[in-house]
Amino acid sequence: MPVEHLIILGAILFCVGLIVVVTRKNAIAVLIGIELMLNAANINFVVFSQFDPERLQGQVFSLFIITVAAAEAAVALAIILKVYHYFKTADLDKINELRG
Amino acid sequence: MDLSTFVFYFFAGITLVSALFILFTRNILYAAFALMLTFLGVAGIFVFAGAEFIAITQILVYVGGILVLIVFGVMLTNRLQGQKVLTPVYRKLMGLIVGGGLFLILFKAIVEANFGAITWVSGNTQTEPTSLKKLGLTLMTDYVLAFEVIGILLLIALIGAIHMAGGKRKEVSDAS
Repeated sequence: MPVEHLIILGAILFCVGLIVVVTRKNAIAVLIGIELMLNAANINFVVFSQFDPERLQGQVFSLFIITVAAAEAAVALAIILKVYHYFKTADLDKINELRG
Repeated sequence: MDLSTFVFYFFAGITLVSALFILFTRNILYAAFALMLTFLGVAGIFVFAGAEFIAITQILVYVGGILVLIVFGVMLTNRLQGQKVLTPVYRKLMGLIVGGGLFLILFKAIVEANFGAITWVSGNTQTEPTSLKKLGLTLMTDYVLAFEVIGILLLIALIGAIHMAGGKRKEVSDAS
């Protein structure tokens, strides 16, 4: 399995996540796109970490990325719940005022 | 083509197909389930890249935690009355230009860079699994500050999320 294929797979995942973030209106669909982009970054870290078997820097970094992604998902969903409770919608185009 | 190569491309295919399904579906619930397939495929790729612990962590945290959170979010932010949970799609052309252009740039750069010719990549071609003991020692010696900081960050984020999402609960005083 050549390393280029893995990196191209990571690039495809990142671009799919970017397109999902740009084109979706629902906030949760945008969150799904962000998770895809974080996974693409993880793939690159792990792939290059296998050529450096002593120091394990890439694997440690990907562990940190997974932790930050978990924290980010929890906070983002809490914000989305509160926004939905206030505006009665999760559509990002209709949430356009700061204080109702 | 031996068996391990076949299994590797099988996992890569799962990841690609489910990611493209997320891109083309408009149903958020289907997108969440396709996201689970993507995470499982990426976990299989991590095993082939010699990172078993990261793969297990990926399955535990993403499939077991974040995906459940997303499904709960879909459930709590939509008035489910029997119809499908669809998301509107807009700015298709802009998204295609941005994403496709970025992918073309990345693809050209990856092909031009020719990673197989770099000495520290081609010199270390063994992909024996890294031992868990070594990973734990590295995490608790070289990266112990970042480890503690990330733990405190996770604690603060979870407390903040509970504080934000939880409603004001009134004390019931008149129990008569």
